[in-house]
Amino acid sequence: MIYPDSKTILEVRNLCASVEGTPILKNMNFTVKSGEIHAIMGLNGSGKSTFSKVLAGHPDYEITSGTVIFEGKNLLEMEPEERARAGLFLAFQYPIEIPGVGNSQFLRLMYNTVQTHRGKEELDPLEFDDFVREKMKLLEMREDFLDRSVNAGFSGGEKKRNEILQMAMLEPSLAILDETDSGLDIDALRIVAQGVNQLANKDNAIIMVTHYQRLLNYIVPDFVHVMVDGRIIKSGGKELALELESRGYNWVSDEYKAASRVAA
Amino acid sequence: MSAALQNIINQPYKHGFVSDIESDVAAKGLDESTIRMISAKRGEPEWLLDFRLKSFEAWLKMTEPTWQNAHYPKIDFQAISYYSAPKQKPKLKSMDEVDPELLRTFEKLGVPLHERMALAGVAVDVIFDSVSVATTYKAKLAEVGVIFCSFSEAVKDYPELVQKYLGTVIPSGDNFYAALNSAVFTDGSFCFIPKGVKCPMDLSTYFRINTEESGQFERTLIVAEEGASVSYLEGCTAPAFSSNQLHAAVVELVALDNADIKYSTVQNWYAGDENGVGGVYNFVTKRGLAKGVNSRISWTQVETGSAITWKYPSVVLLGDNSVGEFYSVALTNHYQQADTGTKMIHIGKNTRSTIVSKGISAGKSNNSYRGLVKIAPSASGARNYSQCDSMLIGQDSGAHTFPYIDVRNNTAKVEHEASTSKIGEDQMFYFAQRGIDAEAAVSMIINGFCKDVFQQLPLEFAVEATNLLSFKLEGSVG
Repeated sequence: MIYPDSKTILEVRNLCASVEGTPILKNMNFTVKSGEIHAIMGLNGSGKSTFSKVLAGHPDYEITSGTVIFEGKNLLEMEPEERARAGLFLAFQYPIEIPGVGNSQFLRLMYNTVQTHRGKEELDPLEFDDFVREKMKLLEMREDFLDRSVNAGFSGGEKKRNEILQMAMLEPSLAILDETDSGLDIDALRIVAQGVNQLANKDNAIIMVTHYQRLLNYIVPDFVHVMVDGRIIKSGGKELALELESRGYNWVSDEYKAASRVAA
Repeated sequence: MSAALQNIINQPYKHGFVSDIESDVAAKGLDESTIRMISAKRGEPEWLLDFRLKSFEAWLKMTEPTWQNAHYPKIDFQAISYYSAPKQKPKLKSMDEVDPELLRTFEKLGVPLHERMALAGVAVDVIFDSVSVATTYKAKLAEVGVIFCSFSEAVKDYPELVQKYLGTVIPSGDNFYAALNSAVFTDGSFCFIPKGVKCPMDLSTYFRINTEESGQFERTLIVAEEGASVSYLEGCTAPAFSSNQLHAAVVELVALDNADIKYSTVQNWYAGDENGVGGVYNFVTKRGLAKGVNSRISWTQVETGSAITWKYPSVVLLGDNSVGEFYSVALTNHYQQADTGTKMIHIGKNTRSTIVSKGISAGKSNNSYRGLVKIAPSASGARNYSQCDSMLIGQDSGAHTFPYIDVRNNTAKVEHEASTSKIGEDQMFYFAQRGIDAEAAVSMIINGFCKDVFQQLPLEFAVEATNLLSFKLEGSVG
């Protein structure tokens, strides 16, 4: 939702990033204000997943130029764990499996670490158990989930729900959902979307990175951006997603190239 | 992130210091006269001298084994001093009489002895460079008839028991290092649980090598009579010397009908520096004889130290329905080399064994599991389950598994499972994205990996082991 008195949460200016010397992001510009839901769409290899990982501070990517200001702070100077503690959350496209580490143990360490850094009280194991079970209801998760190892042997849907559960627990000011709809059946998609919608409010913001329009039927974006070759080349409202769905991506590129020629 | 992980891995050895206690050290070298000297110094009976000489004779005919997956310069057995004893009063009645410097040493290790005893109710037989200086809780144990004392005291006070069981599980000529130990051992622990007695507390020994270049040849003998049970804890740590030290201990366990022995070890000897210089050579022979029906012997080890670890705590399952267990965590870092595992020898009917081995390799280290499961023709209905998991940290470490299975009875059931995993950057990034720093992440992953083994440790030790991995690995995994 677009609010009149919103504040800027994320300001990306001329961001360039490369992996092993190959440029992926090329002058990326992007602004997110509180209360907003953005969708970044694009084909495989357009750089949209790279953008998510760069924001979260993945060590494989090298920032070659540009700035990123997150809630007034220089994001690029922060370690990945500091970004997380400051309220930036990434729901992974492929949540990693951690065999041997119990979910409840992991979630409690995660929650208490972040709480402590935010100057809030930790929860003891019993309080935490009540807290996490309440959040689990939101995502219709099975009771035995807590006793299992983190993501180990989870179905695609369970992994994605686990991501949104963590988002619900941490209440980030900026959540980036990287291809959260991939690998989800329609029921799981509905549950995940419902969870995200309940978490969205006027103080936080959400960036959805996705291939398909499908997710946007459930989580309605305020803005849709088209990413091609490492930059955003077109932005619009939610109707842009529908247009992409029916017409594909080529016309956006063609339009952009034509515009670039005119400008030159 | 890699840099942070490297830092964690490369934390210096916390227990590296030399305590300044005057030692009585024998001249270097080994021949028959050295053995006679050791035996005379200890005032031993003739039969024990004979045992030593027979072992020495066997040792002379043996060649140093080279089959283990470890590389090190040839050991010069004539360059080792075979006897070292702190110069102090031989008999101490209370802790007050113990050299205060020694007590400070234990405190530096984070093991305040009296506190440990008081809080945990653990009787600690302190071994300090081969001679026992304090034996505690003896009276309380004596009430129920449990004998827990230094090996030399046992030789004086209970010679018939020692003579009856010494060398019955590991004969003097068993292998090169066991034979060497049998010839030159200086002290160790003796533990005897009489018929029907459940030992009322965990028995614990802290080993510590203190004199540079003095070989340590500990000898431990534990006997549980019919229906008896005991839990024995062994913890080790050593100061950071630059030259290698040889440690060739022998541990023998005997369990009679319905007896139960649980032997737990946490080993944190000096592993050498980050360039692989120095460190202890830990060549140990440990074996239990589950002699009686329904007897049970369980080994649990957490091996984190030593430049080279070479040990296979084993169980000979002789009694029908006897049970053997081996739970192991072996951690190697830098240039450490570990070749460890177990042997389960099934002879009795319906004997069962379980092997759970967790190897963690970091730095440029090499970690091997080597295990033998042998089912003799007599062992009808025998069962074995083995699980060997390896975890690799970084690009340069190695993990190896050498399982040997020899089944001679077609009613036996033998299962072996193995896995290899890696702590990768992606796992670390996942933790970081949830606000968890590298150190806490590593600690959580490792403790999760080792859970099945840690669960077997007595509570006191489990905490210690977790902490130990949390500074060697917390500091050690990436």
